[in-house]
This record gives sequence, C-alpha cells and structure tokens, in this order.
Amino acid sequence: MTLPTGALDTAPRMYTHEIHAAGLTVEVGRRHRAVDGLDLSLGIGTHGLLGPNGAGKTTLIRTLATVLRPTGGDLGLFGHSVRDRGHHRELRRRIGYLPQEFGYYKRFTVREFVTYMAWLKDMPARDIPGAVQRAVERVGLADRAESRMKALSGGMVRRVGIAQAIVNDPSVLLLDEPTVGLDPAQRLQFRSLLQELGRESCVLVSTHLVEDVAAACSDVVLFDQGRLVFQGTSEELAAEGSVDQPGDSPLERGYSALLSGSGHEKSMW
Amino acid sequence: MSAKHPTDGLIGRYVRGGADLPADELWAVEAHLEQCTHCRGRLAVAVADVPEVTDLLTAVRSDLEPALARSVPAPPGRRRIPLRATPAMGPWLAMVVGVSVVAVLLDRVAGWAANTPVVLLVAPALPLAGVAAAWSRSLDPAFELTSVTPQAGLPLLLKRTLTVLAVLLPVHLLAGFLTGVAVAQWLLPSLTLTASAVALGGVVGVGRATAALGTLWTAAVLAPALALGRPFLLQADQLPFWAGALAVAVAVVLIRRHTYTTSATLR
Repeated sequence: MTLPTGALDTAPRMYTHEIHAAGLTVEVGRRHRAVDGLDLSLGIGTHGLLGPNGAGKTTLIRTLATVLRPTGGDLGLFGHSVRDRGHHRELRRRIGYLPQEFGYYKRFTVREFVTYMAWLKDMPARDIPGAVQRAVERVGLADRAESRMKALSGGMVRRVGIAQAIVNDPSVLLLDEPTVGLDPAQRLQFRSLLQELGRESCVLVSTHLVEDVAAACSDVVLFDQGRLVFQGTSEELAAEGSVDQPGDSPLERGYSALLSGSGHEKSMW
Repeated sequence: MSAKHPTDGLIGRYVRGGADLPADELWAVEAHLEQCTHCRGRLAVAVADVPEVTDLLTAVRSDLEPALARSVPAPPGRRRIPLRATPAMGPWLAMVVGVSVVAVLLDRVAGWAANTPVVLLVAPALPLAGVAAAWSRSLDPAFELTSVTPQAGLPLLLKRTLTVLAVLLPVHLLAGFLTGVAVAQWLLPSLTLTASAVALGGVVGVGRATAALGTLWTAAVLAPALALGRPFLLQADQLPFWAGALAVAVAVVLIRRHTYTTSATLR
C-alpha cells in the first residue's frame, strides 16, 4: 500500500537532525538533575537508548516528547527549539510517544482507542480509519481490533501502545521500554517493525535489554547519570569490551566496560 | 508546471521504458506527469497497448491479492466514540446533573430557602466541577499520552469545557424554568466562573483554579445567601459586573493561549 504524498513529504528539510540537544539539562523534583548537560544529535534511524536503572532515560524521553520542559540548555526538534511554545502543536503532530507507564481507557476497543489518539493528533478525519487499520495491522492486532482493552493481555496492551504511537506516521518516534511484556515471538516481530520504521523516521527506543539493541538498532546511545557515555554502532560498543569484563556477549561486555569507565561505582545489584 | 504537454510520441517512448530518451527529456516528462492529470490520463491510455507494462501490473496485482484478502477491513457502522469528553468524565457529569436535580427538588418540593432559590446558588458553580474533570491527571488514565498530543492545551481544554456546558445548560434551563429563576441571572455568573477557571488555570493549573473559585463562590455567595437569606452578588442590577468579568476572563485566555501546552496548566 502506498501512502498519498503530502506537501510535508516533498517539502525541503530545513534541519540536519530530527533531535538536537545542546547542553540539555532537566531537573526533576528537588534539584535532582536527571539529565545533566547532554549534547546529542539523532537523525533518521533506529537508536537504542541503553543505561542502568535511574540513568535518566525516561526523563530524557519525556523531555523529547515535550511532557517536561528543559531547565537548562536547549532542545531542538525538527530544527525548532521546544522553548517556543507557539510551535508546540506543530511539533507534536510529528511525534509518536509510548510512555513507560501506558495508561488507557479500559472500556474502549483497540480500534476506538487508536482512533481517539489519531483524533487527538490532529489527523484529518477522512484519513483516520485507514491509518488506524494500518497501525493495528502493523502491530499484529487486526484480529483483536474490536476487543475491549480490558480483555487484552499485557503484551497486547503494549502493542496497542505501539499502534497509537505510529498511527500518525511520526517523524520522531519515542518508545520507552516497548518490549516489556512481549513474548519472544512478538519481540522478533517488533524488532523487524523497528527496523522498518527506522528507515524513514528517527526512532529512539529505550530498553534495558542489550540484545534488543543489537538486533534492531542502527546505533546505540549509552546514557548514565544524566550524561552521554557513548554513541556509536553496536559493533563499536562491542569493541569497547574485553574478555575480563562481566557479561555474556561482546555487547554486554562493552556496556559494562563503558559504565565502569564512566565512574559508575554501583554494584551489579 | 509548464503549459506545454508532451507529444503522444514522447509519452509512447516513456511508456516503453524511456531507454531511447535523453535523461533530461525523461525527467521533464516525468515531472510533468506528476503535475498534470490530463497527461496521466493520456499515459493510462498509452499503457494499455504495451504488453510488458500490463503484464507487470497484472503480476503485481495477483501477488498482492492473497495479502489483501487476509487483511481484516474495518467493520462499518461502529459505535461512535465520545471524542470531546475524557472517557472518565461520565461519572462527574452524572454527579453534577444529580446535584441540579436535588436543587430543583429542594426548591419545588421542600420549599426550602424560600427567598433564595437553591438552583440560583448552585447552578453557576456546578460547571467548575466539570471543568476540573475535563483536565485532570487523576481522572484521565491516559493523561501522559493525551497531554502531549497536538490537541492538548487550550483546544482540548475548550472542547471538553464546552462539552460540560452543553450537558449542563439544558439541565439548568429546565431547572430555572421549574423554579422561576431568570435565565440571565444564573447563566451569566455560570459562564463567568467557567471562563475564569480556564483563565486562572493557565496560571496555576486547572485543578487549583477550580478549587479556588469553588471556595470563593461558597464564601462570597453561598454562605451569605444561606445565612442572610439574600444572594448578594446575584441581584439583577449586578449583571453588568458579571458581564465585565466574563470579558476580562475571555481576554486573558486569548492573550495567554500558548501557555496552555505546558504541564504548568496540568496541576
């Protein structure tokens, strides 16, 4: 199926990176710097956001989704600073977001929920039914589209979350722990969906599973204590590790090597 | 777009793959075809005579058909979903309508507070409860998602607030009719309080704004009216005051319309 070409698709891009953060600082609660002076540029592709618990991954994703406002530095989306609030509506039309804690309406069916989100995303009414059908098919829920949300398993709810995030064909797709609750077969399917989405848009996937990143992501962003530790391909991450580092795979060893190198003094537990 | 259409010969060569066309001419034909419906029609006619292209199209179609048959089409005639209200607002609206009914019963049946109709005292403040429900983190399970959609902020807040008013106004019209209270006497304060809640909500958050205005209403109008038996701020000659306050509130909302997209209005 081909999508109709809109003015947006043929318009020249006036930015080099979909996401551009310069010295980005986000404080959460009482002066806790969850993101601390981050410089990061992300373009088209699937980017895996890795880091230990409490590294600030969720805060970073919520800031990119415009839930939180930066307290310092600047964040540009599609070349526009998020500080310019008059532009928020336009930016948000081009963002897809799956929060870590995905809240939904239990009495809605899958199709109703995705339709409702499509309406909230300012999609033209005549495009909504087709886009909803396509999103639901892409996450493999076409046969459950008329089921109520409360009747779905945890993995299916997660897939509805992914469907609502991609329904507006976003240019920036932010997924916070999307693979939680998916069984191995669904995880494989999801990885190929991620690769497909990363060909046309900027996808940022936060995960704690190193193997998700290896299989689905074009590059890795390693994040710890609110700072960028490493950005590169998964091969480059694997090359950072040596055999004496803890870990079961080259990637895990590279991950441990970089985190211990960043002054991370926590124990493994 | 040039007004010059490619000749039939040129389109014929384009259909056969364009191998004998210079690259610049090929591009020009293609660029023109993208813009010109008339020439795409001519192209469709020309294609029908070329077996290589028709065979290719047939092959693609027959390859796709099994996949198309497998996909489940959207069933027609589905339940309409309530787009303009939070799905969680239902119980709140029911409660507010219930309070109105009780007010009417108090006035009509019990004959209570004979010189101050209860409907007049509660009707203006009731939409506040609905506005609070319209934009609340605790009542909307999908708030994290809905609060960063393009509709979030003022457009969604206004749509949900208007939904509240659309439900409440007919109820209060009926209540006013049953108890003999003039429409303007409750409608104007009602709209003023609602608009003030939205305006103040842009500064301190909608939840706090509705709570503050509800308290103010109770302290300044409800309590004195019940204690003294005379509603101070609801006399007919005070209507210009309410109209002025309404105008100020609407102006504040319009001036500050961009501030509603941030989470400061969500507390």
